[in-house]
Amino acid sequence: MAINLNVNGVPRSVTAEPDTPLLYVLRNDFELNGAKYGCGLAQCGACTVLIDGRAVRSCVTPISALEKSEITTIEGLGTIDKPHALQQAFIEEQAAQCGYCTNGMIMSAKELLDRNPKPSEPDVRAALAGNLCRCGTHNRIIRAVLRAAQANGRT
Amino acid sequence: MNAPAFTRRRFTGGLGTLVIAFSLDPNLAFAQERLPGSLQNNRKLDGWVRINPDGTATIFTGKVELGQGILTALAQIAAEELDLPLARLKMISGDTRQTPNEGQTAGSQSIENSGTALRMACAEARAVLIEAAAQRLGVAADQLRVADGVVSASDGRKIGYGELRPDLAREATAKTAPKPPASHKIVGKSIARFDIPAKVTGGLAFVQDMRPAGMLHGRVIRPPRYGSKLDSADEAAAKAMPGVVAVVRDGSFLGVIAEREEQAIKAREALRKSAKWTLGPELPDPARIFEVIKALPSKDATIGVKQATAPADARTFEAVYTKPYMSHGSIGPSCAVAEFRDGSMTVWTHSQGVFPLRAELVKVLKMPAAAIRCVHVEGSGCYGHNGADDVAADAALLARAVPNRPVRLQWMRDDEFGWEPYGPAMVMHAKAALGGDGRIADWQYEVWSNSHSTRPESTSGTNVLAGWYLAEPQKMGPPTSPPQPAGGGDRNAIPLYDFPNQRVVHHFVQDMPIRVSALRTLGAYANVFALESFMDELAAAAGADPIAFRLAHLKDPRARAVIEAVAKKAGWKDGEKGDGTRGRGIGFAKYKNLACYVAVVAEIAVDRATGVVSVPQTWAAVDSGLIINPDGLTSQIEGGIVQSVSWTLKEEVRFDKEGILARDWASYPILTMPEAPKVEVELINRPNERPLGSGEGSQGPA
Repeated sequence: MAINLNVNGVPRSVTAEPDTPLLYVLRNDFELNGAKYGCGLAQCGACTVLIDGRAVRSCVTPISALEKSEITTIEGLGTIDKPHALQQAFIEEQAAQCGYCTNGMIMSAKELLDRNPKPSEPDVRAALAGNLCRCGTHNRIIRAVLRAAQANGRT
Repeated sequence: MNAPAFTRRRFTGGLGTLVIAFSLDPNLAFAQERLPGSLQNNRKLDGWVRINPDGTATIFTGKVELGQGILTALAQIAAEELDLPLARLKMISGDTRQTPNEGQTAGSQSIENSGTALRMACAEARAVLIEAAAQRLGVAADQLRVADGVVSASDGRKIGYGELRPDLAREATAKTAPKPPASHKIVGKSIARFDIPAKVTGGLAFVQDMRPAGMLHGRVIRPPRYGSKLDSADEAAAKAMPGVVAVVRDGSFLGVIAEREEQAIKAREALRKSAKWTLGPELPDPARIFEVIKALPSKDATIGVKQATAPADARTFEAVYTKPYMSHGSIGPSCAVAEFRDGSMTVWTHSQGVFPLRAELVKVLKMPAAAIRCVHVEGSGCYGHNGADDVAADAALLARAVPNRPVRLQWMRDDEFGWEPYGPAMVMHAKAALGGDGRIADWQYEVWSNSHSTRPESTSGTNVLAGWYLAEPQKMGPPTSPPQPAGGGDRNAIPLYDFPNQRVVHHFVQDMPIRVSALRTLGAYANVFALESFMDELAAAAGADPIAFRLAHLKDPRARAVIEAVAKKAGWKDGEKGDGTRGRGIGFAKYKNLACYVAVVAEIAVDRATGVVSVPQTWAAVDSGLIINPDGLTSQIEGGIVQSVSWTLKEEVRFDKEGILARDWASYPILTMPEAPKVEVELINRPNERPLGSGEGSQGPA
């Protein structure tokens, strides 16, 4: 059946079963690469998107529940030419090795900064506790989020 | 930022426009002069570098990006020697149709092998360019200057690389000296990695992101445990499910292809539930796994022997250390896209070695190598031999059933945890005698380990998972162990310390009750852990400071320098002691006894109430010879330390007799953001020493 979704401010429609996890629709139908499949179990955070401003695991969120929601993916934050403060900070801190977890880190951090524009380092660590990184990039990710918070503070 | 236009080839079928005519036959290298690095087996200059009519250069490397930043570092080396801006380089990596065969991207050898080849090839190409310019301009070559790909004469006449059309289809001689380090402008700089902007903005960055036109989605159904045989599965019911295009069965290999990804996942679940298996042999008793490993048949080698007589007053000590099985734990499960068209198979893969993978696909698909092309596209970090090659074989087997339709197959989380080859369990037994003078008089060390290399391109059988379950099953290839001095299970088993009497025995255990292969550092992590832990025991017994004790046994000046540097950075006080809840320790190693020197000081905290051990802070000092990209090197060292802390504090692949119990992140927890130690890294640059591999240098010491 056709399901209507609002993604990054754009109305989109997809024909899929209502229980289809949002992740597959974003990636395969809307061709948005940012959210990643990591576990399908809401354990790793690679698939994180914002739904009405909250960081949500798209791998376990059925599309049928989202027809009235605003969905924001990392593509909705900024572009390669005009990156969001968080994206810019991740580039400046070189806060990625393989980069597979990066989407989730940035989207969880977005929720944090929206709620708490001046987080402490422990705040950042706590906000990203549900996002796994395997390359050991943790310290750079924390620095990038703090840098983005500072950059936001200046604008 | 200088972002070279990566010709990451649009993600569509039938890729590639370059016509390739250089030789990839390593046999030609016989009876020829030895060339440095990977030039030895790939001896044509234009196999490495070509100058395009628009003045850009295309650089070819057999090494691949695994998230370690290698393509940026290799581009720096090439740009430096060519005198071209980074933005005018195109990097092509890991493609069986286009690039040199450099085997696996593994063992921290990319800078040493591919980097050396590119340095020499690009220096020689620049000399060819200057010679061509000299002829065109009628000026002696030594009267010409080069900057940014333009050759200039003193009278102001200029000619660009693009106009010179140099003939690089020639044998490399490696006779052109590369630039002296003092004149480096690009090497040694912290150039921002080319791949990161796409990775933070949702760009096409990973094989998982590919969706060529007409693509289908595949999934595989694996048995309950190793060696099981598929008796039946309700294939008809699965075929009737929405969107299912095909169910593929070949013996005990079972997969499904569907129009939509979620349909493939549902069909996989249905097949998994209906499948009836004759179970393979039970796994060993996990409580006895280390005894089991020690009791299995092994090939034993005695290495690192030194002989002297221990003093009569020596006291003896011994300790046993063990390491459990560990998972690579890639955040993104392995993935591949395969397309079977006009009798040819193309596989886009994040394999560490596209040529070795192709060798296995020849056996599994029973197709000639010429009809198979493997192209590297990045995946999630692998840290060694994970499911990358296996999923590529799976995808190819599925794609063959649906000609002209590309199939993308990403393993599910439980496929990766349950079926990837783990880092082997190991047992280390150390004995030493401490003389009355506080010096180690005798060192006896034994290590028991399975193979750390069951990678593709096995000499017989096959080393991809699907091959073992086909109707005509292939056997796993013979387990191998890289020889000393690099070593496998015995990597870093020989101490760098100066002990007068010493004997190290490597028990290379052949039978593999649990599938294992290369995990970052191979045996080095466990051997350095054991060796350095035992050094601490002996220092304590001698009443010595652990740093002073190490220095007293170490002559190598570069080794001493990293230990002294980290002690200074950490503000180490001679004889400092913990307070029972917090303390600090040091670890040191020269990776493989051949590569970078790393020393790490770690602060350890114990919560006496819960028994939970944490590592709040670490300091590291690193000597990797000539540094190509300081920030890239720092990042590798930081990552290695955090990963090693995760391994040490949290990780173990659990199993019982029925099978593997690690299936998800709840059953295989890793270090989380709040638990990650802070890391401070100090680099010691040695511009006149050759660059040393460093991607795996810090795990052991950490």
